[in-house]
Amino acid sequence: MGSRGQKSEDRSQKSNFPSPPFTKGGQGGIKIATRDAYGEALLELGKRRADVVVLDADLSGSTKTGKFAKAFPERFYNVGVSEQDLIGTASGFSLAGKLPFASTFAVFETGRAWEQIRQTVCYSNLNVKLIATHGGITVGEDGASHQAMEDIALMRVLPNMTVVVPSDAHETRQVVSAISDHYGPVYVRLGRAKVPAVMPDDYEFKIGKAYVFHMGKDVNIVAIGIMVSTSLEVARILKHDGIYAGVINMSTVKPLDTEVLLEASKKCKLIVTAEEHSIIGGLGSAVSEVLSENYPIKVRRIGIMDSFGCSGTPEELLKLYGLTPESIVKIIKEAL
Amino acid sequence: MKSAITTTGINFLKEKARDLRIEILKMLTEAGSGHTGGSLSAADIVTALYFYKMRHKPEDPKWGERDRFILSKGHAAPLLYAVLALSGYFDKPLLKTLRKLGSPLQGHPCSKMLPGVEVSTGSLGQGLSIANGIALGLKLDRLNSRVYCLLGDGEIQEGQVWEAAMTASHYRLDNVCAIIDNNGLQIDGQCCDVMSIEPIVDKWKAFGWHAIDIDGHDMEAILEAFDEAETVKLKPTMIIARTVKGKGISFFEGKVQYHGIAPTREELKKALKELQDSGK
Repeated sequence: MGSRGQKSEDRSQKSNFPSPPFTKGGQGGIKIATRDAYGEALLELGKRRADVVVLDADLSGSTKTGKFAKAFPERFYNVGVSEQDLIGTASGFSLAGKLPFASTFAVFETGRAWEQIRQTVCYSNLNVKLIATHGGITVGEDGASHQAMEDIALMRVLPNMTVVVPSDAHETRQVVSAISDHYGPVYVRLGRAKVPAVMPDDYEFKIGKAYVFHMGKDVNIVAIGIMVSTSLEVARILKHDGIYAGVINMSTVKPLDTEVLLEASKKCKLIVTAEEHSIIGGLGSAVSEVLSENYPIKVRRIGIMDSFGCSGTPEELLKLYGLTPESIVKIIKEAL
Repeated sequence: MKSAITTTGINFLKEKARDLRIEILKMLTEAGSGHTGGSLSAADIVTALYFYKMRHKPEDPKWGERDRFILSKGHAAPLLYAVLALSGYFDKPLLKTLRKLGSPLQGHPCSKMLPGVEVSTGSLGQGLSIANGIALGLKLDRLNSRVYCLLGDGEIQEGQVWEAAMTASHYRLDNVCAIIDNNGLQIDGQCCDVMSIEPIVDKWKAFGWHAIDIDGHDMEAILEAFDEAETVKLKPTMIIARTVKGKGISFFEGKVQYHGIAPTREELKKALKELQDSGK
């Protein structure tokens, strides 16, 4: 991630186009992984609410739940390498009136324990918060076994489930707070790699509400996670070429903000979705489902093209799988 | 250990178990489908829980200090529905709606539709983890309530059961008491042919549990086992209840084909007569 993000900052400084929405991001330009923000937010939530319990399956160092564990050992439960039991135990806590946060890697949480999430968490509509880290290709060197490309699809299909993908540290903190006040199952997908701040300091996350950086008259890019900052860069490049691209952070993939999506579609010629996830079943599918039935318009889905990942640095992988600003710009130009 | 309960008490429970079996058979016949064998095999255990051991308030199903019952073998839904009705959670006529469109008595228990059902089950292997989570939550709140969890014997072939077995003993959950309805049969045949589960008692002991091996139709033994479990500290308890599938009806007993088949009207008539005669 490092070099790509750095590059985008350089570009914005060189750009002749003033773009206030792009520069509003907080944290003074420091890059923070969403998983790190989660660790801090969880610790704060633990101080604020005595009913919060945290469960992990032997990955608390990586998922950053370790911070909570250190501060509140009596409310932290490691179940060892057993994801199905993780989900079941968290469900039990919910039934006992607690607010459980269950964390592990996205592949294991949504894949290994999918049926437990379906049968116990969603069917019984329990107040279990599933916070998974290591979503997407930017997991990097660990390779395909650890890169979740299907998690959004797997969670989105479940009744009662809410699916959220924050774009930066600030939004992650907001999400942790917002979902703790919402009753019901929630899946939050976080990343391993450090990401630049994109959301304004005064931004407040609300479940089901997209954030519009600006609307474009040629194309609107609907993005989640790390692809939000990439999309902002895409818009910047396109503006240079006289193409007006809008960017929307659709951090709640379910329920989708169809109002904003339809409004954006009516204002432009092309909708592009951008996600670090398979083009099957994720944001691209969710957006296409709504548009095909309500406002058929040309759509291009940017994501992983129905394949597994591989080892490499995050920036190498983003390039290999076509998730760079340059690659997206090319697709948009061809489509317009 | 001897149970403090009198002969009159034992006889009362035996009567209740017989009533439960009658309701199970009637509702299954009315539904035309459902799991007969495994509902009948665990009827004595569940009777002992609801009419002897558990602290619960049918008029207040969400009472915070209640003991919990998790039916991990969710296909024994008719048994759960029968005991809830006879305990007074809802009126008996509702039992006739089992498996019918619009009924809260779903084919497998749904907690969102029926008060008294703690959690939706039906997919095997998940109940013990849930029981552990509740038990941990109760301990956090310093409540003395206990959590009971009924598993099938075929069910313990699920890997998650053993994940949960480790969790319960690691966290010293002495407020968890699980029961295996060891009727020896599963859908495809005898457990020992499909996938061996023995030695069950040794397995649970090796996982750090207090294990009690009983005849699951001996009411006195059942009560004693539940009483004993309550005295065990720093360990969860597993009661291995040796049972007979289809127990109580001679022509259903030990028959694997009655795992997932409801009695016909003719069979119901004969079965009810057998049960009534046994009560004389």
